[in-house]
Amino acid sequence: MTTRAYDVAIVGGGLVGAAIAFGLRGLGAKLALLDEGDVAHRAARGNFGLIWVQGKGRPEGEYRSAQREGRPVSLPPYAAWTQRSAREWPRLAALLREETGIDVALRQHGGLHVCLSPDELAARAQRLTQWAAQAGNEAGVDVLDRAGVAARLPGLGPDVAGGTFCAQDGDCNPLRLLRALHAGVAHAGGAVLAGHAVTRIEPAPGRFVLRTAHGTVECGRVVLAAGLGTAKLAPMVGIAMPVAPNKGQVLVLERVRPFLPLPLETLRQTDDGTVLIGDAQQERGLDDTLDPAVLAAMAARAARVFPFLRDVRVVRAWAALRVMSPDGFPVYAHSSAHPGAYAAACHSGVTLAAAHALALAPAFAADAWPAAMQPFSPERFDVRAIA
Amino acid sequence: MFARLPDDAATDVAITIDGEPFAARAGDTVAAALLAAGRRVFRAAPATGAPRGPYCLMGVCFECMVTVDGRPDQQACMLAVAPGMRIETGRGVRAVGADAGTPP
Amino acid sequence: MTTLDVAIVGAGPAGLAAATLCAERGLSTSLYDEHGGPGGQIYRGITTASRARAEFLGEDYWRGATLVPPFERSGARYVPGATVWALARRADGTFGVSQSAGPPTARYATTVEARAVILATGAQERPFPIPGWTLPGVLAAGGAQLLLKTSSLVPRGRVVLAGSGPLLWLLAAQYLRAGVAIAAFLDTTPRGRLAQAAPLAPGFMLSPYLAKGLDLVRFVRRRARVVEYVTALAVEGKDAAEAVRFRHGSHEETLPADLVLLHQGVVPDVQLAGAAGCALAWNDVQACFAPVVDVWGGTSVPGLYVAGDGAGIAGAEAAEARGRLTGLAVANALGRIAGTARDAGAQRHRRELAQALRGRAFLDALYRPADAFRMPHGDTVACRCEEVSAATILQLARDGCAGPNQMKAYTRCGMGPCQGRFCGLTVTELMAQAQRRRPADVGALRARFPVKPVTLGELASLPVGEDALRAVVRSPD
Repeated sequence: MTTRAYDVAIVGGGLVGAAIAFGLRGLGAKLALLDEGDVAHRAARGNFGLIWVQGKGRPEGEYRSAQREGRPVSLPPYAAWTQRSAREWPRLAALLREETGIDVALRQHGGLHVCLSPDELAARAQRLTQWAAQAGNEAGVDVLDRAGVAARLPGLGPDVAGGTFCAQDGDCNPLRLLRALHAGVAHAGGAVLAGHAVTRIEPAPGRFVLRTAHGTVECGRVVLAAGLGTAKLAPMVGIAMPVAPNKGQVLVLERVRPFLPLPLETLRQTDDGTVLIGDAQQERGLDDTLDPAVLAAMAARAARVFPFLRDVRVVRAWAALRVMSPDGFPVYAHSSAHPGAYAAACHSGVTLAAAHALALAPAFAADAWPAAMQPFSPERFDVRAIA
Repeated sequence: MFARLPDDAATDVAITIDGEPFAARAGDTVAAALLAAGRRVFRAAPATGAPRGPYCLMGVCFECMVTVDGRPDQQACMLAVAPGMRIETGRGVRAVGADAGTPP
Repeated sequence: MTTLDVAIVGAGPAGLAAATLCAERGLSTSLYDEHGGPGGQIYRGITTASRARAEFLGEDYWRGATLVPPFERSGARYVPGATVWALARRADGTFGVSQSAGPPTARYATTVEARAVILATGAQERPFPIPGWTLPGVLAAGGAQLLLKTSSLVPRGRVVLAGSGPLLWLLAAQYLRAGVAIAAFLDTTPRGRLAQAAPLAPGFMLSPYLAKGLDLVRFVRRRARVVEYVTALAVEGKDAAEAVRFRHGSHEETLPADLVLLHQGVVPDVQLAGAAGCALAWNDVQACFAPVVDVWGGTSVPGLYVAGDGAGIAGAEAAEARGRLTGLAVANALGRIAGTARDAGAQRHRRELAQALRGRAFLDALYRPADAFRMPHGDTVACRCEEVSAATILQLARDGCAGPNQMKAYTRCGMGPCQGRFCGLTVTELMAQAQRRRPADVGALRARFPVKPVTLGELASLPVGEDALRAVVRSPD
C-alpha cells in the first residue's frame, strides 16, 4: 500500500478528534482525520448530548470513584473552560450549519438537575452553591424548591423535592454533531479516513509515521484524540495519557410529542422526539455490555420524576465507555520529546466541542504551547512521562 | 380487503373500532380483526405522518401499532381480541403528560 | 432464586423439539413464547386451527400437531405471551434472561437465571424494498398466510402476489383452493436460475418434494395469470395501494390492486443472538447474516445455542432435527447424558436433517432474490421506521461512512422500534454496493437490548440490587 502524506493527522474520529479537525480546517494545512472501523468503543455514538455547565469543575470533583478513593481534586480552570465552550457553542453551531447545511439542534436556555428527596436536594444545593462561589465562576445556579421545578416542568412525580437550574446549560443532537463535524472536515478538503485504526506511531526527524489497519500515513504534526486508545498511543510520542474506561448506560424511549422544554441532567427529549435517560457510572474495564438491573434502576428513577412515562416504550439501550482521567478532568498535552505531537482526552466531548474546535485546535497549529493549557497537562498526575 | 371463509366456525367477539361496533372472531388478533373490518390504514408514520398499515403480521415490523383500550402503540398483530375491546386507529406520534389524550 | 437448567426462546418446531428433548432428559426447562399458543410462525394456531382448514393448509402444516403432545407430556414449562428482551452472560457462566409477561394491562419484567440458553427465534420475512412497499394494503405474504391459519381470512377484491419462493406458490395455491381469485402472480425469479440451480441437487430432482412443488406451480399456473421474469416492481397509490406497476422483458404494465402480497424468502431472526454477542457471519448464498454455530448449534458465546431457522434457513423439518440435536448437546453439556449417549442419539437426527436438507442448495440457488429487489435506489424507503431512503444511504456510503452502525448514527436507520429487522440487510448490501466491498466486510447493524420494546414501567419492575442503585444515584454519599 502506498504511503500518504499530510501536514496534520488527527488520530480518532470521535467527537474530540472531529472537533479538533474541524477547528484546523481552512488553516492551509493538509489534514487527515483517521477513524476506526464501524465497530469501535465509540463514546461519540453513545453520547447523551448535553452541553452542561452546572457543577463542572466543582470543588469535590465529579468523578465518583475518584471521590471514593480519596482523590478529590478541584480544577477551577475546568469550570472556566467549560463555560467558555458553552459561550462559543452558538458560533460552532452556526459554522456547521453554514458549511454543511446540518442543523445540530442546539438549545441553550437552561438545564435542570432534579432531586428526589429533601436530603438529596440539601446536599446538591450545598455543593452547587459552593461551586457557584468559586473564584472566576461566571455561571450562576438557582436552587429550586418543588414549586420552582414544577413551574418549569410538566407532570412531576410526588417524590421530586426540588433541583438546581443553570441558565447556561443546554443540549444538542450529538449524532448530527458528529456527522456535521466529519462533513465539515471533508467539505474543507480534509481527508476523513474510515477503517484507519492506528496501531503504531514512529517518530522520525520532522515527521511521524503512522501504521494503520489500512496502510501507512505520514504527517508533520500528529494530534492523538483516540479516546481510550490514546492511553496506548501517546507514550509512543513521549506523552503520558492515563485514561481509563468508565461505563455509562443510556435508555431510549420511543418518539413522543414534545413535552420537555429543558434538558435534565439525566433525562432529555431529542429534537426527533425520542427521550434519552442516561446515567450510571461503573468501572468494568472494556466491558460494554448492558446490565438490566442498572437499566431498571435508571428506569425507576426516571419514572419517579415523570410518572406519565411509565407506559412509554423503551426501544433501545446501550452502554458506552467514558474516557476518564484519574481526576475526571480533561487532559491536553504536547510532547517535549517529539515536538509536533499532541494529545487530547476527555469525557465531555459534546460540551467541549466548541472549545476544542475554536480554542484548542489553534494551539495545535501554533508554534508554542499556550500557557492557558498548562492546567490540563498530564503532569498534574503522579506519573512519569514516558519518553 | 379480506373476507372470512364461509365455513369459519369461530364464535363472535364484540369489539369497537374507532367507536363503531364490530364482530371479531375468537382467535383473531387485533390486526386480523381490523383487516376483516376492511381497515388498511392503522396509524401514521412518526417522521412524515404518512399512512401505514400492517406489513409482516408476525411481530417484527411494528407497522401495525394502534391504541387499545386507551393504551397507545400496541402491536395489533401480537394481541388477541377480547370482548369489549376498544381499538382506535390513525394515531401518529403519541402525546404524554399534560397533553396525553389530545388528538393528534 | 432458582436457576433453570435451560431457557428456550421460541415455540416453533426447533424450540418445541429442543424443549421436549431437554425436559425428557431431566433438565428443568422453560420455553418462552411470544405467542399465546405453541407452533411458532410455521405452525401458528396449530392447537386451535379448524380441521375444516386441513384441506388447503396442507399436510406439511398438520405435521406441527405431532410436536405438541410430546412437548406437553415432557414436563417442560411453557410460558406463553412472554417476550424475551435481554440476555446477559454472567461471570459465573450462567445467563440472566430478562423477559416481560402478563396481561396487556399489567405486564411486568423478570430476569430468570439459566445455565444454558437455546434461541429458537426462527425466521422473518426478508425485506422487499420496492417503491411503495410502505403503503397500506401492501403486506408480506407470510403474514397473509397467518391470517388464513388463525382467522380464516382470505383476500377480497383485486389481489396481486409478487416475488419468489415456495411460500408464495403455496399461498397462491391455498387461496385458489379456497376459491379466491388472484389478479396476477408476478414471479420475480430471475431468468436462467433453474438451469443454475438444477445441477446443485441431482438427487432432489427426482425426490417427491420437488414433484410436489412442481405440482403446486402447475396448479397455480392453470388457475391464475402468472407473469414470469418480472424485473421491476412498484406499488402505486396515494394513501393506500391502488395499483402495481411492473416490467417483464421490455414490457411495462400497470394492474389495479387493493392488496399486494410480497415475498422473497425468509431470513434468520438474529436480533437476540446478535445483541447477546454471538458472532454473525454473512451467508452469500442466502444473502443474509446468521450466527456462527457448530454442528450442535453452539455459538461463539459458551452456553448459548441457536437451533432452527434462526441459525440459517433450512425449513421446518430441519428445524425439528436441529432442535433435537441442540437438546442433546445441552443435556450433555449440563451433565445429564454422556458424550457417547449424545452421539448415539444424534445419529437419527443427523439422518433426518440430511434428508430435510436435500433440496436446500437447489432452493437457495433458485430463489436467491435478484439484486434489484435487495438493493433499491432513489427515494425507495430502506428503513421503514425512520423513513430513510436508499439514496441517502448510498450517498453517505459513497462519502466514506465506516459501516452500518455509523450509518445508523448518521441517518437513524435501524433506530425505530423494529431495530433494523427490516432495514439491516438492505443497509449492509447497499453499503457493500456503494463501497465495492463484500457484505461480510461491511458487517451488520448491532442489535441492542431490549430487542423488543418494553415500557419504562415494565423495565422499572425488574429487581434492582445495591450495586445497580449505587451505579445510578447521582449524588455522592
